[in-house]
This record gives sequence, structure tokens and C-alpha cells, in this order.
Amino acid sequence: MADINLSRITKCFGDYRAVNQVSLDIADGEFVALLGPSGCGKTTLLRLLAGFEEPDHGQISLGGQIMASPENNIMVSPEDRNLGIVFQSYALWPHMTVARNVGYPLEVRGLSRADQDRKIAEALDIVALGPYADRSPSELSGGQRQRVALARCLVMEPRAVLLDEPLANLDVHLRETMQQAFLDFHRRTGATMIYVTHDQAEAMAMADRIAVMDKGHIRQMAAPETLYREPADLMVAGFVGAGAVLPVQGVTVGSNGNCSVQLGQSSIKARICPKLADGLTTANAGLCLRPEDVWVTDDAPLRGQVDDCVYLGGRFRLSVRIGADQTLPVYANRRARIGDQVGLQVNDGWVFDRMSGEAA
Amino acid sequence: MQATGRLRGVLPGIIAKPNGNRSSDRLLIWLVVPVFIISILPILRLGFEGVMVGGVPSFDYFHDVLGNSSTWRATANSLYTAGLGTIISLLIGGAFAFLVALTDIRAKAALVFCFMIPMMIPPQITALSWVQLTGPSSALLNAIGMAPPLGSPQPLYSAEGIALLLGIQHASIVFLTLRANLRMLPREQIEAARLAGARGGRLWWQIILPLTSPGLIAGTAMAFVTALGNFGIPAMLGIPAGYQTLPTLIYQKLAGFGPSVLGEVSVLAMLIGAIAICGVALHHRLLSKRDYRLMGMVGRPLDVKLGARRGLVETALWTVLVAILVIPLLALFTTALVPAFGVKLTFANATFEAFHEVMFVQPSTIRAFQNSFVLSVGAAVTLVLMCLPLAYVMVRRPSNLTKLINLLVEVPYALPGVVLAIACILLFIRIPLIDVSLYGTLAIIFVAYLARFLVIALRPVMNSFTQLDPALEEAAQACGAGLSRRLRDILLPLAAPSAAAGALLVFLTAFNELTVSALLWSAGNETLGVLIFNLDDSGDTVLASAVAVLVVLVVIALMSCFQLAARRLPKGVVPWQT
Ligand SMILES: Nc1ncnc2c1ncn2[C@@H]1O[C@H](COP(=O)(O)OP(=O)(O)OP(=O)(O)O)[C@@H](O)[C@H]1O
Ligand SMILES: [Mg+2]
Repeated sequence: MADINLSRITKCFGDYRAVNQVSLDIADGEFVALLGPSGCGKTTLLRLLAGFEEPDHGQISLGGQIMASPENNIMVSPEDRNLGIVFQSYALWPHMTVARNVGYPLEVRGLSRADQDRKIAEALDIVALGPYADRSPSELSGGQRQRVALARCLVMEPRAVLLDEPLANLDVHLRETMQQAFLDFHRRTGATMIYVTHDQAEAMAMADRIAVMDKGHIRQMAAPETLYREPADLMVAGFVGAGAVLPVQGVTVGSNGNCSVQLGQSSIKARICPKLADGLTTANAGLCLRPEDVWVTDDAPLRGQVDDCVYLGGRFRLSVRIGADQTLPVYANRRARIGDQVGLQVNDGWVFDRMSGEAA
Repeated sequence: MQATGRLRGVLPGIIAKPNGNRSSDRLLIWLVVPVFIISILPILRLGFEGVMVGGVPSFDYFHDVLGNSSTWRATANSLYTAGLGTIISLLIGGAFAFLVALTDIRAKAALVFCFMIPMMIPPQITALSWVQLTGPSSALLNAIGMAPPLGSPQPLYSAEGIALLLGIQHASIVFLTLRANLRMLPREQIEAARLAGARGGRLWWQIILPLTSPGLIAGTAMAFVTALGNFGIPAMLGIPAGYQTLPTLIYQKLAGFGPSVLGEVSVLAMLIGAIAICGVALHHRLLSKRDYRLMGMVGRPLDVKLGARRGLVETALWTVLVAILVIPLLALFTTALVPAFGVKLTFANATFEAFHEVMFVQPSTIRAFQNSFVLSVGAAVTLVLMCLPLAYVMVRRPSNLTKLINLLVEVPYALPGVVLAIACILLFIRIPLIDVSLYGTLAIIFVAYLARFLVIALRPVMNSFTQLDPALEEAAQACGAGLSRRLRDILLPLAAPSAAAGALLVFLTAFNELTVSALLWSAGNETLGVLIFNLDDSGDTVLASAVAVLVVLVVIALMSCFQLAARRLPKGVVPWQT
């Protein structure tokens, strides 16, 4: 087990910076999700950690030992890092049986035959594949292959486990079961886990902290609820959770991180990002409203027109247009007709600088 | 690693920058030295002759040779026959590979088994048997009364005749390379295309062909280069027609002796080398645009149902086999049975006298079998062991140095065998520094074989490494497996079918090889090719045919042994098994 530190890591492919000045501190035993749109550099970051790519700048250390530091000419090869990795394509060896696939790390470490067999059996039991030990990987279903890959990773008791979209190929039910399996595994072993995904629900459900990546940068790293309630910039606000970001004027900063802003004719109480509160200009302030922050009430001063209405089971989600081109998703208990005028009462909101992060 | 450090210092731009995988950088250095000594140094040594006139550097030989119109005519002829021959190889070998690998035709093992045999017949024997077959004095045609009238021209004495036989001779090369590639084709990718509505021609043109194009291109390049350096066929068919290719031109220069022979041969060799390198460079350009790593599970062969057309396809395949295998073999066999060359074969005069003579009277036959066996098996095993790490470094850690090696290893194979033999003699007659001569030993033939066939063993392995999902190796790396372990446990078994295809190709080509050993043999160290050639040359065509028939029988027997051991070998190693 080990904590992981990345400091100002940059990786270029030609002129393109796939990972750009990324710093990251992951505590021992933490479960961190790397979340971001396709092509943002998640896999590259994971491969840098695993040692399959060498960074151009920066330093990676693992449990206090430096793993990669081009400035100091240090590069520990992947086989000496003792990290487990689960690939999106599973990467099972077609010429070996399931048992030998799982037992290979032990074979490499030179364990005795009996120890190997015992550990293989244990690992296969954890992923409920005991009866499949003698099959070839090509005779397994997608979910079973995934579990073999996980078992292979578990059996070596790695310092940290890296998972690259491990559930992307599985169906919804299997996904939930496997998510539970990962969480159980994490609780039981306390291993540090880094989990790449582009599915925010998956990241929210599993991770202690989520790092949101975009274009090679880490935009924000925080606990799921913080990410949801207090996004640092426009990209994070839009990528994580439903809701809308509206440009606002007339920000009046109050005490304890509160403020009030003008939205149309009404004044709204909201929380404000400390950076913005301390800063001089609030010209680019944006108000992030989540659907549950806004109630539909007939007599509220803020009015809007219903554009769309979807039944979610138990409640409705309306898209309400306010002003010329702003739409806001809100929840309602009653169905509304498209074109109806409704009143909106805003109970909470998050004010931040819409332009932050864009310069980078 | 002092040597590494020094080399890096000298060649900073050529050696790959250290990219974390130190062990593979070291591996590269260890591999480069033997590759350089066996396959590049002899060529350099010969090239040296071309630029030195009477001990002073000069381009006189270039002026003489390149200013001569016969050089350019021979070049054009070489390009024409090799090009046309390659197209024929591609059509025959490609059709066989696709149909055998992807469809539900029956008796695949037998088909593939038979398809391998034409390659084992030495080119000059193939040419001989076809000439015997089609000419007015054909023993076979005379026996069935269908021989053309005496005095009519032999149709094979033409450019197209040469191309046809080159094409037949090298079809197995395309076949083997492509088949190794097809074995790696995951079923899912074709199934996905079929679900997307692709069927029939569209499936072939848009999915299967692009996916297998690395194998197709590699096989084509290899068939072309092989055809370019082929001497036996243009010698047998071209010389009577006054049609010269570069290898026969070199041969005539060599036969002429004189002080400038070596220099002129050296320049001609450079010309062939340059053409071969252009061909290979084109091949790499084409390949570099396509990184079709095949994702997904491999190992489940595809069985496209041919339905009603199956019978038709099978008939067509077997007909081609009869034409390219049975008929020339039959011609060879009938020649071995006649009491004297040119005599008409009948049931009454058929005799096994020639077989008795070569097997029990002449001691050189058994010796030649032993020598050729040791040489070809030794070369095949050595080369495959060398090529696995070499191909690995070249595919996974490409640098300018590996790109250069990639082009240069092609040269000893593309050059006509006699040229390589001269290069080897020049270099090994007295090895610098240790003052040992290899000349007159089996060792010089062995080294020449290693140089010549390196590329045959290398290409299929490189090809399969290119296609392998890199994650398979990375997973092993994350498990703690170092480079040599990964090579042994993961890469070797996965590349085994290609490595076996490469080894088999080397074995089959080396077993009957003539042109290299023709200059390098000595009494007691003769090879089968030399034996057959010498017998034929001294007018004992019947004895030569008898030895050739024995060679084919022995190879068939060896292949059968391989077949019996198939169950204990990794899947796909035996090329004619699905
Ligand atoms: N070997 C490579 N050579 C050149 N460019 C690369 C290479 N690997 C990745 N890239 C580029 O780097 C960027 C980041 O790629 P990466 O694979 O890390 O994305 P990702 O976040 O994992 O995306 P996805 O969610 O689609 O898997 C992409 O623009 C990609 O094109
Ligand atoms: Mg990715």
C-alpha cells in the first residue's frame, strides 16, 4: 500500500500535450476516480503512473520512492513498481487457462506450486469464478473475462490498483454487481485505487474523491458532494451532474461564504466561491443551479416557460426557459404542459467565476 | 555497459533515446552486433570492391556498368519478370490463404500440405520439369502421345514463362505470411461487419482485405524480393531465349573472369540491392499508414459458409494444385524412371536404376542429405531464436537504427545467391583480427544461410508483433515479468504460429538451396542443391531427377513427422492445421 504523488507531470505526443502540468496527491488507501470526457488524457495519466509512458517533465512518487523523474534521469520500469492494472480490453492471455492467467504474477515471483494454487483458488473465489479455472479466456463471457482480469490484479497484492474503464463493456446489471465487487475489495484490502471512467454516476457512487480532467488538465479534485455542490469552473459544473450555469450580475458578497445575486427581477441567496468572494471583479460571475435547488411555485416572482416535460418515475423533470436563451432543469410533482408559464423559487445556488480555468 | 555508453556517445541520433525500458535498449545492442556481422558486413565488404579500382577509390566501375545499355535492359527485364511473377504469386497464394483460413471448404489440412510442396522443389528443378513437361521431348507428354511436334518453340522460353514459374514458385511465401496473419484475425471483427450489413464482396473488400493488408503487403514484398534474386528460373528459361535478368547478367560476368569482374559484379549487386530496398521501403511506407492492431480474442477460426459454391471452389483449388504440383512432380518422376535422358518412357523400360545408383552407389547423396539437413535445421532454429528478440525491439522500440536494420537485412536475401557467396568468401577467407579462415568448411555455408534467410524468419514474427494488442504485454509487465520472461511466457507463445511459419520457410528454402552453396561448397561439404546441380550439369539429368524426387519425398516425410507431433505443439504452429 502506498500514497501516490504526482507533481507537475507533463506528457507530450509530438506537439500535443496529452497531460499538462498535472499535480495530484492520493492518500494511502484512497479510492480516486479520474473522470473526464473522451480524449482528455485519463488513460495517458494512468499509463504514466503504471510506468508504460515516461513523463516529459515532473515527478511521480509512490510511497515516498521516486518512480519517474526525467529531470533526475530516474525511471522505474513497470515490472518493478508492483502496481496492479486492469485494462479496458482485459488483456487476458489467450494461450493460458483462467487459472494460469490469474496465477501468472505469482509464477513470476517464484512462489511454490502449493502457495500458487491456494492463492489462485482464493482469488477466483472472490470473483466467483472457481468453477472456471481450467477454461480458456476465449470461452468466457465479457463479465467473466473482466473478473479474471481483476482476480489477476488482486492475487499479486499490489501497492495500488489502476483500473482503466473496467466496466465500460458490461451491461447495467453486471456493472452494478462489479461496482459492488470493487468496493468490497477496496474495503477488505484497503488498497489505493485509481479508477478511470467517463461515467460520472459510477465515479460518484464509488470514489472517495474525484479528479475531473479536461484537455490534459485536472480541473478539480474533490469529494463527490463537493464537486457537485461547489464546482470550481464552468467545465466541471457542466460535466458533473444536471443543472445549469446562468450568468448573473449584481453580486453582493455577504459573510460566511454567502451572497446574494440578481437573476431577472428577483434577488437570490446563494453560496459563493471564496476565490471569487476575495477577488475584485465579479463581472464574470456564474450561478450554478442544480434541479433540486429550484422549486416550482405559482406565485414566485421569477417566471419561465416550460419547454419540455419528462416523467422520471415519482416526479417530473421540466426544462424551463427564463429570459431569451437560458434553460433550467427543475423537478416538479405535477405534469406541466409545454408552453405553460410557471414560477420558480430558487433556494440555493453556487456562484463562481465562469472564466476560471479557461485561460490555461 | 561500457559499449552501450560508447555507442550512445558516437551515435546519439541513431540510438533510441532512453525511454525507460533500459533492458530493451541493452537487448538492441546485443542483437545489433551479430546482425551486423552476419548480414551487413559481407555486403559492405563486397561494396568496397565496387568503389576501389586498383587500390584507389574511384567510380570507374559505376561508369562502366551503369553506362552500359545491357545493364538497363536486364534491370527492366528483372523488374518485369519479378513484378509479373509477384502478381501471379499474390493471386494464387492469396486465394489459397483466404479460402483455407476463412471458409468452410473441406480437407484443408491436405490442401495446405500439398500447397507447401512446390516451394520445396529447387527453382532450377521446377524449371527443368516444366521444360521437360511442355517441350517436344517431354517424357510425360510422349508417354501419353500429346507432345508438340519436334522443332516447335518452347513456350516457356520467354519473359512470361519466367514470370509464370516465378509466380508458382513463390506463391507459398504469400500463402504462409498471409495465413499467419489471418490466424490472428478475431472473429468478432468480421462478425461486426456482417451485422453492419456487409456481405459478399463488400465484406471482402472493405473489412477482410484491409485487416489482413499487413500480411498481404509483407507477403507481396517478400515474394517480389525473392523473385528479383532468383537465378535458377531465368537461367534455365531466359538464357536459351537470350533474355537477360540482373542475376543472369551477373552470372555471365562471373563466368567471364578478368580483373574487373569483382568490381562490376559489386556494382550490379548494389543495383539489385537498391531495387530491393526501394521495394521494401515502399512496403514499410504502406504499412506505416496502417496500424491495424487487432483487438479482441484470437484463436477462434472463422468458417464463412460457401454454400452451393463450395464444391466449385474446392474443384478450382485442387485443379490449381494439380497444375502446379502434380504435373511437374510427375514430369520429374518420369524423368527419374527413364533409362536415359530423352528416351520415351514405357512400362517396359521404366527402371529404378537411377534411385539405386544415387542411394547406394554414390556416397555423396547421403552426405549431402546430412549436410543440408544440419544446415537448414540449424539455420531455422538459430534464426528464429534470434528473430524473436530482434523483431520485438524493431516493433516496440523503433528508432532510426532499427529502421536502418530493417532495410539492410533485406539485401542479403535480395541479392542473387552467388553474389552473397562472393561477399562471404571475401570476408571470411581470412577473418580479420583472429586470422581464421572459414572457407572450405560447412561453417561458411551456415553463416551465409544465416545472412540470407534472416529476413524470412524475421518478417512473419515482426508481423505478428505488430498485430498483437500491446496491453497483453503490458499486463505481464505489471505482473512483474521482466523482458526475457515476457518474451518467453507471453510473446513467444502468441507469436509461435508466425515464428513456426518463419522457421519452416527457412528450413524449406535452405534445404534445397543451390545458388549460395554453389560457390561455397567443398568436397565433403556439398549440399543437396549442389549435388543435383552437379549431376545435371555433367549430363546426368536422370540421376539429378532421382535425387530431386528423393528430396521431395524426404521433405514430405519430415512434414508428416511434424504433423504427428502437432498435438503437443502450441496451436497454429503447424501451418497446415487449423
Ligand atoms: N501513443 C499516442 N500517440 C499520440 N497521441 C496519443 C497517444 N496516446 C494518446 N494520444 C492522444 O492523447 C490524448 C489523450 O488520450 P487518452 O487515451 O489518454 O484519452 P482518454 O482520456 O483515455 O480517452 P477515452 O475516454 O476515450 O479513453 C488523445 O488526444 C490521444 O489522441
Ligand atoms: Mg482511455
